[in-house]
Amino acid sequence: MQFIPNILFIIALVAGVGFFIRNSKKIIRNIKLGKKVDVSNNKKQRWNNTIRIALGQSKMVVRPIPGILHIFVYVGFIIINIEMLEIVIDGVFGTHRVLSFMGGFYDVLIASFEILALLVIVGVALFWTRRNIVHIKRFVMKEMKGWPKLDANLILYIEFVLMVLFLLMNATDYQLQLKGAEGYHVAGKFPISGMIAPWFENMSISSLIIFERSAWWLHILGVLVFLNYLYYSKHLHIILAFPNVYYGSVDPKGKFPILESVKKEVEMMMDPNADPFAAPAEDQGEEDSKFGASDVMDLTQAQLLNAYTCTECGRCTSVCPANITGKKLSPRKIMMDTRDRLEEVGKNIDANNGEFKPDDKQLLDDYISREELWACTTCNACVEACPVSINPMSIIMSMRQYLVLEESAAPAELNVAMSNIENNQAPWPYNQMDRLNWRDEK
Amino acid sequence: MSNTLHVPTMAEFVAKGEKPEILFWVGCAGSFDDRAKKITKAFVQILNKANVSFAVLGSEEGCTGDPAKRAGNEFLFQMQAMTNIEVLDGYEVQRIVTHCPHCFNTIANEYPLLGGNYEVMHHTKFLKTLMEEGRLKVEGGKFKGKRITFHDPCYLGRANGEYEAPRDLLKKLEVELVEMRRCKSNALCCGAGGAQMFKEAEPGNKEINIERTEEAAGTEAEIIATGCPFCNTMMTDGVKGIKREGDMQVLDIVEMIANAEDL
Repeated sequence: MQFIPNILFIIALVAGVGFFIRNSKKIIRNIKLGKKVDVSNNKKQRWNNTIRIALGQSKMVVRPIPGILHIFVYVGFIIINIEMLEIVIDGVFGTHRVLSFMGGFYDVLIASFEILALLVIVGVALFWTRRNIVHIKRFVMKEMKGWPKLDANLILYIEFVLMVLFLLMNATDYQLQLKGAEGYHVAGKFPISGMIAPWFENMSISSLIIFERSAWWLHILGVLVFLNYLYYSKHLHIILAFPNVYYGSVDPKGKFPILESVKKEVEMMMDPNADPFAAPAEDQGEEDSKFGASDVMDLTQAQLLNAYTCTECGRCTSVCPANITGKKLSPRKIMMDTRDRLEEVGKNIDANNGEFKPDDKQLLDDYISREELWACTTCNACVEACPVSINPMSIIMSMRQYLVLEESAAPAELNVAMSNIENNQAPWPYNQMDRLNWRDEK
Repeated sequence: MSNTLHVPTMAEFVAKGEKPEILFWVGCAGSFDDRAKKITKAFVQILNKANVSFAVLGSEEGCTGDPAKRAGNEFLFQMQAMTNIEVLDGYEVQRIVTHCPHCFNTIANEYPLLGGNYEVMHHTKFLKTLMEEGRLKVEGGKFKGKRITFHDPCYLGRANGEYEAPRDLLKKLEVELVEMRRCKSNALCCGAGGAQMFKEAEPGNKEINIERTEEAAGTEAEIIATGCPFCNTMMTDGVKGIKREGDMQVLDIVEMIANAEDL
């Protein structure tokens, strides 16, 4: 009988972690639906970015208030995870505060966890206020209605509850230590929970144990639930921010990639020795037969990873010139739509024994409208603003390529400009021979 | 603008068996747009004054393909790029200077992907170099003490990280430089990029250039300095749009340098 808690714990742990791994594999499979990207270049720069931007949060503090609050929650999350190690060992082996043999160092650890837990509570409370009371504009825009809003608040509630449970667990433990209860040896320093411990002074040892155990169990179960909540939530960024920054661009922002499939054709056209009647080479696979992107499978793996990484903070949208001036385009919505469509495609694959069954839908039109795509000025403000190196503009560009190269569906005025370029070498209807006329004009 | 401009073409240089120090890439706006032609001429005046040996391609120059690429027409972009690369390589061009950040970005960043490798400079950077080498003297003149704000072109600033060269030149002009709230890496676009210059904007509640011009007007600057012919057009229209053409001017930095000493 005495092993029942250990067994229950192991079952919960295996189920929690197992379910998480299962869903992670789905995410990886979905991302791999995209086209491969080469990130073998600039390894040093990529690691540098990952350390500076993801680990070091360098772009978060561009906006100091949310930046610092976020660092509270972020550091709290990482450091308190060390405590998880002890909780797991205690849970599996039925020990209690197994790491307390470290003595003074353990005291420092527990004390710092407690201070961080309080900072997380403060951070989360202020985040909630910003979203729900202050109504900061980027949190209440059109695309943030319904699930995205609930999702954001749920994350804050769960984090709040987990931290409160952690402090209650420590407070009752501390009280049991003071009362000299069996199994609760003196261990740890409790600068925060020590302040609330007096609330439990008059409780009997047996009720205190029930209280402490409940807090302990609810905390660890809560952590496992939260871990699995990630898959359904925008909160995935806590993991994906790191690979996403690594996969992010290391080029100047103005350098847009070349479409290799187009390059082949143009080279052939420009080559005076090319045989105009030659049959296409055999090795030209199907995969390159479509220019640009109309659906998620046409995007790159980096673009799809971007979509899963987006935590819908809206910094991109809040600096987008099109959005600021009332246009429909919101870079954040581009990312949210891409993820939603990718999830839909993933579910379709799950339901059809691992194969995608065409569903008469696509990212273009069913999720992202042409009006949104044509409103972008390619100014890179969204790319600059993203704290985790997401590039919403690159998806817009891929979809414009599809519209122009596959559907010839550019706005009429752009077609005029483009045919001018083609015929006169300038977007306006002037003759190329007149290009130097300015020299002699007064 | 009394002096006659000396603008040799690459073909003329080759005929003499010589090579210029730089190629001045004029760009479509710089060649055809009435407002931008003034920027072109101001730049030439300075090149002439500093005795820089330069040439233009003239009728052999063609659109870099920037608007086509940003509009999604990769095919047309690559056609333009490869045609231009053939011309540039034919003349063995190594250094290119341009006053259009879009041409600058495309030739510097995207042409190498298609085999065209050149040292490309935006004119502000080039002028700064001339200044540092002692070949060009920039002094306050008539802009001394004037309140001026600089509008960062997206394709110079965010796209290529160049924020300081234009500001260094303005400082040399001894102006009172005031920054807009959104400046440098946070600068707001003028609304022309991504081929928007050539189409109407999508429905919204404001034009982007008006939003930006209002911000510039908020600094109480007399002059909005720019470094891009398209920003120049958008901001000039914006100044008219907010009915401030009487007391606000939009000038390219090179025009300011040329005008400062009444070239």
